[in-house]
Amino acid sequence: MNMFLETLIGGLLAGTMYSLVAIGFVLIYKASGVFNYAQGSLLLFGALTFVTLTDQGVPALGAIALTIALLILTAIAIEKLLLRPLTNRSPMTLFMATLGLSYVVEGVAQGIMGSQVRALNLGIDDLPIFLGDIMISQFDLIAAAVALAIVVVLSLLFNRTRIGIQLRGVADDTRAALSLGIDINRIWQIVWAVAGLVGLVAGLLWGARQGVQFSLSLVVLKALPVLIIGGFTSIPGAIVGGLIVGAGESLAETYIGPYLGGGITPWFAYVLALVFLFIRPAGLFGERQIERV
Amino acid sequence: MSEINLPAAAEPVDSIGLKALGVAAAIAVLLAAPFLASEYWINAIIVPFLILSLAGLGLNLLTGYAGQLSLGAGAFMMVGAYATFSLQLRVPDLPLPLALIVAGLIAGAVGLFFGIPSTRIKGFYLIVSTLAAQFFFEWLFLKFPWFYNGNSSATIALSRGLSFFGLDANGPHGRYYLTLGIVALLTLFSFNLIRGQTGRNWMAIRDMDTAAAVIGVPVFRAKLQAFAVSSFILGIAGALWAFAYLGSASVQSFGLTRSYQILFIIIIGGLGTIRGAYFGAAFVSLLPLALDWLFQHVFSGHVDAGLLQNIQKAIFGLLIIWFLIKEPEGLARLLGLRRAQGTRRRLFPS
Repeated sequence: MNMFLETLIGGLLAGTMYSLVAIGFVLIYKASGVFNYAQGSLLLFGALTFVTLTDQGVPALGAIALTIALLILTAIAIEKLLLRPLTNRSPMTLFMATLGLSYVVEGVAQGIMGSQVRALNLGIDDLPIFLGDIMISQFDLIAAAVALAIVVVLSLLFNRTRIGIQLRGVADDTRAALSLGIDINRIWQIVWAVAGLVGLVAGLLWGARQGVQFSLSLVVLKALPVLIIGGFTSIPGAIVGGLIVGAGESLAETYIGPYLGGGITPWFAYVLALVFLFIRPAGLFGERQIERV
Repeated sequence: MSEINLPAAAEPVDSIGLKALGVAAAIAVLLAAPFLASEYWINAIIVPFLILSLAGLGLNLLTGYAGQLSLGAGAFMMVGAYATFSLQLRVPDLPLPLALIVAGLIAGAVGLFFGIPSTRIKGFYLIVSTLAAQFFFEWLFLKFPWFYNGNSSATIALSRGLSFFGLDANGPHGRYYLTLGIVALLTLFSFNLIRGQTGRNWMAIRDMDTAAAVIGVPVFRAKLQAFAVSSFILGIAGALWAFAYLGSASVQSFGLTRSYQILFIIIIGGLGTIRGAYFGAAFVSLLPLALDWLFQHVFSGHVDAGLLQNIQKAIFGLLIIWFLIKEPEGLARLLGLRRAQGTRRRLFPS
């Protein structure tokens, strides 16, 4: 029983890290209808910039500020050079454009800052905490707390600020928002910047875990089943999806894995997502689209 | 995908004499190519170009014609390659061409299976199914030694090479003609398929599947057909990639990068066109060479390999974005300007 609980809790905590990546997706998808494949690359870009700056001797706070500034500039550039020319194109075209974007971001980031593995120390000791007999990773606990804090901040932003309300307006009905005089281009810039910041936090946490390197951009592939399960348009969905995937993965690896020879995590989440989709084709919290001819 | 309104009209058939002449000239050039190009060009550029075109063709049937986005092209290529290997190893009596066909059928069946979710799941949600295939087969073929016959390096290679019916296709010329023959046959097959009822059904589903269902297109069957046919072609392309180009392949030869590469080929070449696959594959094969050449001459080798790779990657991404903005219908449209909208020639004068 203890082993089960330990696996479950470890999985749930790891799941919040997936959620963190997925939230960035949801933000952009809600506001601009873009399935942003480049989220992983932006995550890598943020973490890599931070590590490079601290390696150059820039103090941590300064490095964070500079990285954030760079991410905001990137968001503005993406809006001006990619989203605006592609307005009103099919969602599929936009998705493929973000695939191209991920190549550009990865190529430029690694071309300038190198592609070797960089260690990132956030000053969080990864000591196990014991809760009765159950061992919990302190790092995972802090990561989960950070994810929770981000969700709280985002929901305050969406519900209490003028920008947040505009943002929800755009997400709800772009045309109505436009006719009310909401500057949709600025909203896109803000959303992409916020998604970049969420990506930065996720990138730093993941980077501290596994080192900052190219494979960091592949967490996109971890976040995808999370999104699918939760639905593309829902932040609570991203959280719940992350928890389901995290717990499912670690339980499956422990209890089903041995019968299949182990190493099943890369595909298990996808199969899990498929099972969920068969029951709810738009995810648990996704909006079901009504089709008309 | 409703915005991609690709012309469904057949090729115009005027000036048949000129066209026949052109086709004859093209065939002559294709047959004579090995004697015009150096061995390096055949092995390292022309053969992979042909195979990538074939893979692009396969994916284009699914994504470009039937409108089902797939990020798992590499998985179906992998299935084709490993199936060919197993058949050649365990059923030695089966000649290579038949083994390729059976391997293609196996890949097609696998594609059909992973296509089943498409009947319930639409759009972006569907990429989960194809990505599941990608990761599952990467795991499967690496995990169980049976698939690579317990080889210590976990790679697959044909022990008897590319010999069949007493012919030896192991040399560069043999590989070229084998690949060319298969590519030509499958291109013809695809041409006929998309101009018939099957292709029309696919395009109707791509443009709007609800409307297609309303006018009586069997959506369920047509989607599965698209997955099966596409995977059949991809499977054969995978087998060729492994044995006619690489010689020995592993799971890494068909990773996610390969899937993206095939997807880029059809985006750049033109979604929903047969020739687009060829233009896209030519572009993808030649661009790295051109960039290599450029950097070698401009910077005379001062740029290290890692940086060069990243620069290539960034340029590649920029070109994709540029294509999507400037010419969403790809090179096929750009190079076929005489079929521009409004000036399209008609089959019957009216």
